[in-house]
Amino acid sequence: MPNPTMLASGMMGETAGSLVRVAEAGAGAVVTKSIGLEPRKGYPNPTLVELEDGYINAMGLPGPGMDDFSEELKAASIIKVPIIGSIFAGTAEEFASLAGRMQDAGANAVELNLSCPHAKGYGMEVGVDPEAVRKIVSAAKDACSVPVFAKLTPNTHRLLEVGRAVQEGGGDAVVAINTVKAMCISVEMRRPVLSNRSGGLSGPAVRAVGVRCVYDLHSVLSIPIIGVGGVEDWRSAAEYIMAGASAVQVGSGIGRRGLGVFHEICAGLESFMSEQGFATVKRMVGAAHE
Amino acid sequence: MSEQHIVAIEHVVREGAGVTTLFFHYGQDVSPGQFLMVWIPGVDEVPMSVSHIYGTKGISVKDVGEATKALSALRPGDKLGVRGPYGRGYEIPPGRVLLVGGGTGMASLMPVADFIGDRKKVSIMIGARSSAELIFIDRAEKVSEDVKLSTDDGTKGFKGTVVQMARQRMESDRFDVVLGCGPERMLTGLLALCQEVEVPCQLSLERYMKCGAGLCGSCAIDGIRVCADGPVLSGERLAGMPEFGRSKRDESGRKIRL
Repeated sequence: MPNPTMLASGMMGETAGSLVRVAEAGAGAVVTKSIGLEPRKGYPNPTLVELEDGYINAMGLPGPGMDDFSEELKAASIIKVPIIGSIFAGTAEEFASLAGRMQDAGANAVELNLSCPHAKGYGMEVGVDPEAVRKIVSAAKDACSVPVFAKLTPNTHRLLEVGRAVQEGGGDAVVAINTVKAMCISVEMRRPVLSNRSGGLSGPAVRAVGVRCVYDLHSVLSIPIIGVGGVEDWRSAAEYIMAGASAVQVGSGIGRRGLGVFHEICAGLESFMSEQGFATVKRMVGAAHE
Repeated sequence: MSEQHIVAIEHVVREGAGVTTLFFHYGQDVSPGQFLMVWIPGVDEVPMSVSHIYGTKGISVKDVGEATKALSALRPGDKLGVRGPYGRGYEIPPGRVLLVGGGTGMASLMPVADFIGDRKKVSIMIGARSSAELIFIDRAEKVSEDVKLSTDDGTKGFKGTVVQMARQRMESDRFDVVLGCGPERMLTGLLALCQEVEVPCQLSLERYMKCGAGLCGSCAIDGIRVCADGPVLSGERLAGMPEFGRSKRDESGRKIRL
């Protein structure tokens, strides 16, 4: 990776054209939208609520399915930075099959979505059980030879157990955090705004939760951690890195700051690091720990 | 950041066959060509061009689907959720402007004529399949002294497409810019025409949208987000986009031929 910023899954990662554009905008790696075996329409609109300090979304894992997405990924192979294929499934066998196919389609790594808070039978419904997570990670590792990352949910008291399960299953990194389960109600309409009623909160509103999760995971894991949740400037990136993240992902920041956000973070980080005497990002990883 | 606001319909105007304009008070500034995400509780949330941007805001809806049928049935006092405005609208240069609209595409273009506010500087071409579907004729005549109509079946004005009518005109008359909105097949024809006669154009696109705010990528065309980078794109940019006029994406993101 040319820099420590990555496109987070779910943002602009559904088509080859979008992935190419984000890479050109300066992301050090791009993560695709989570892809399942079959096409999924996702939930009806409204699927997004904008808040002052973030978004609540319940897209419902829409995606073209692995067959069509393989073509997109092949078309995206002109990208010079690593492409990480995000996948979701209900069972370890399906995760394994998708991991293999992602690699065949050209993904340089695979990210397991064990954390989407709003799709029945998927995401965090499978990602809060350490034993299930260990099996999924291990099955995915057996099915491909590229690195396997597991994206974790903060919506559990068993975060550290789940993190350890990823490590025991042979996972190469954990990604923390996915969105925090949330709801917005229109008081005039007397009903939740999202068609799915609840969704996942992202953006600066969840940064403090994410930083805490990364800090705690860094204390117990030896595999790298990728920090995500409200990263949208050099300071928030530095905060995650000092908590223990080796890289950061940017999602909501694209909507709030625009595609220039990757360059802004990198430029700001560089001057902060030279000011503070950090020769490399690696030296800054976990700097907030004793 | 665009938080959702709840607005009440103030009045409703029937514009033509199946087209209804809903007026409501909404305090945000809107520029010509931008759109709002309009929430009909229990039904859907859809992107809608703002057809009236000054004073009381208006959206003009053709009753083609579940959401637009529900919108068309609303009456004064009924409530809607609104967020936005979103997207980049038309960049209006000084000089002579030609507006070319097909069907409800006129909803996106009329605010341009309001913005220019000079009857001599703006020419308007309104096209539809037949006379009953022509909208905003009286409104156009108020803001332009050069309004031309076309219908595919010849029931009013020029018989043929609005692009064919524009072609006849542009062979002898020079505009500084052409702004267009309508079905994509009309837009590809208009782009080809403008390239032939070497007049710059800006065209407003439509794609299936989820978030509306530049995040999810569901409205992407060749990596361009219609909701955030568009909906209005320059002819120059469109000419280099292989998906324009050829394919779009369904709700799951699968490519479908147009």
